[in-house]
Amino acid sequence: MTEVTPDKQVPPPAPNRRDAPAVENTVLREMPKRKTVLSGETVGNIHSENPFMVAENVNVHYGDNHAIQNVSLEIGKKEVIALIGPSGCGKSTFLRCLNRMNDTIDTARVTGKITLDGKDIYRKEQDPVALRARVGMVFQKPNPFPKSIYDNVAYGPRIHGLAADRAELDNIVYTSLERAGLINEVKDRLDEPGTSLSGGQQQRLCIARTIAVNPEVILMDEPCSALDPIATARIEDLMDELCEDYAIVIVTHSMQQAARVSRRVAYFHLGLLVEVDKTDKIFTNPQHKLTEDYITGRIG
Amino acid sequence: MPRRRRREFTFRLLGMIATGIGIVFLGVFFSSLVAQGASAFKQTYLQLDIELNEDVLAPGGQLDLAYADFDSLVRTALRKELPEVSSRQDRRALYRIVSVGAAYQVRDLLEENPGLLGTTQTLWVPASSTIDMLIKGNIDANLEEALRPVSDRQIAWVESLRAAGRLETRFNKALFTNGDSREPELAGIKGAVMGSLYMLMVTLVLSFPIGVAAAIYLEEFAPRNRWSDLIEVNINNLAAVPSIVFGLLGLAVFINWAALPRSAPLVGGLVLTLLTLPVIIIASRASIKAVPPSIREAALGLGASQTQVVFHHVLPLAMPGMLTGAIIGMSRALGESAPLLMIGMIAFIVDVPGSLTDPATALPVQIFLWADSPERAFAERTSAAIIVLLGFLLVMNLAAVILRKRMERKW
Repeated sequence: MTEVTPDKQVPPPAPNRRDAPAVENTVLREMPKRKTVLSGETVGNIHSENPFMVAENVNVHYGDNHAIQNVSLEIGKKEVIALIGPSGCGKSTFLRCLNRMNDTIDTARVTGKITLDGKDIYRKEQDPVALRARVGMVFQKPNPFPKSIYDNVAYGPRIHGLAADRAELDNIVYTSLERAGLINEVKDRLDEPGTSLSGGQQQRLCIARTIAVNPEVILMDEPCSALDPIATARIEDLMDELCEDYAIVIVTHSMQQAARVSRRVAYFHLGLLVEVDKTDKIFTNPQHKLTEDYITGRIG
Repeated sequence: MPRRRRREFTFRLLGMIATGIGIVFLGVFFSSLVAQGASAFKQTYLQLDIELNEDVLAPGGQLDLAYADFDSLVRTALRKELPEVSSRQDRRALYRIVSVGAAYQVRDLLEENPGLLGTTQTLWVPASSTIDMLIKGNIDANLEEALRPVSDRQIAWVESLRAAGRLETRFNKALFTNGDSREPELAGIKGAVMGSLYMLMVTLVLSFPIGVAAAIYLEEFAPRNRWSDLIEVNINNLAAVPSIVFGLLGLAVFINWAALPRSAPLVGGLVLTLLTLPVIIIASRASIKAVPPSIREAALGLGASQTQVVFHHVLPLAMPGMLTGAIIGMSRALGESAPLLMIGMIAFIVDVPGSLTDPATALPVQIFLWADSPERAFAERTSAAIIVLLGFLLVMNLAAVILRKRMERKW
């Protein structure tokens, strides 16, 4: 790989939303010492001010394939952290470690330590089912159950016994839909199937379904990749609101989205966590050559 | 270019010819079946004024239904219709135009209503099967007398009875209400239908839950290793095992070892369960596989356990496919005859089975038995029984299609 000269620096993606971090439009006069090689070391700062979920030296193997290697990362309370990187770099795999969804894949083997609120989620007595109620997940493709809108949202509270009676359940469903910004669109048609909604509405229904079980962390695996820009904007607004109560980990392929919604960004490459830092730092002054290449569109 | 077009044309033509041949064969099959079998749904009946004579029926003043001479009442009534028949030989020929079932009919009447003793009742009694065949045109009256089973005199009597309005063809109720019989005019399929229904009941009750449970376990819970591969291969092979082998297995295990009664629908149902299980397991697994993984992930992500995922989401979505598979398996079981031969369900059984352990036969086996009979009248009844069997199969397959269409969900 050739050394990049400062004048070739591409300006970071312009923030186009009011609440995106103010990015300094500075041209780097002095070439900082930049790492160019891919080693197991993570540059930047993996620590969070208020860590809630902590991953230490996490390795995942799918059979013989070493999917992610020695990833250590802290996820803060009420913080949005974006995982970016080219396809197949292991960001989704890491995300699925956080609520032990990898357990459902027979060949997957996870080593290392991940703690939630100080407790190891891979310890023996941890029930993955109980964990997933605390760490909710929203998927790439909207996947409402083929049931009514009401039943979609009510399913989680029902299986976890969160509501004592019908009125309480109604209340949970209503507030969840309200928080997901969907209530005005669906309040007259709660009995209609969830699949009758549009793609963006379906994804918000899935978010409502996730927050109905009152999780502490929400994992989002490319939640907007199947949506149009307007629906995407609504989901991003929603994330801004939700991060007041929840920690959100979002995997995204859109650099703009990462810049808009996240406070911190983690860049993955070929199973390694290359760089973690504050969003504005990553987009204006990445420490690693690979990060820079990726966010400027040279790779990925 | 023209060559390519020509090729395409030839290929299409071949396809159309192949389809055409298939349709023609199907048409021939159905039309010959209906042509042969339709007449079996009608039966010739004679109207007789039968005097329920106390002196004949209750010689000692006591009516004993088991020993009373109902035959002679029928014969007397017949003689009264045709008084000109006098010689002993002629009388015997005359008696043969009425079915032996006539006497049973009189007995049943008296059994139901003993107060009729001493009165005269006008009854429609079945004609014998040869007369029935003659009336339906299956016996050629123009043949030389020695070459046909009815004599010239019998034809003359039948003609005179017909002229007097004493002979009619009516709907053949006996075909649906009677069990098997040596007399074609009395033989019915009720026994076989009941036997088949009892067997299907056993098969459905056993094979559906077992099959679905096995499919769920193999698809959702079983670890993927050499053992599960082996089981999968074996299930697929079992589905292709000739059915008679299952019959032998049933004979060895259920009858010889478990000492269950022979010819019983219970054993038949067990054997057919073995036969349909692989079909149901394969169909159920396919429909479980067809449930999109995103639904599973969604439920897992909400904190549902594996069992909850299966019972709340996968099973409801896979149910139409499973039911369709079960119905297809059932219709295969309904049409099966070979394994039933091995466990003795081929016996000649007159009584309609009333329970799972009563000796019984099945519809396809009944068809086989009748097709084996020499009487001309059984030929049309064979076709009629085939029509009934095909009707059942058609209804079941239709149900499967409707079920699939109605319960199909989109995601």
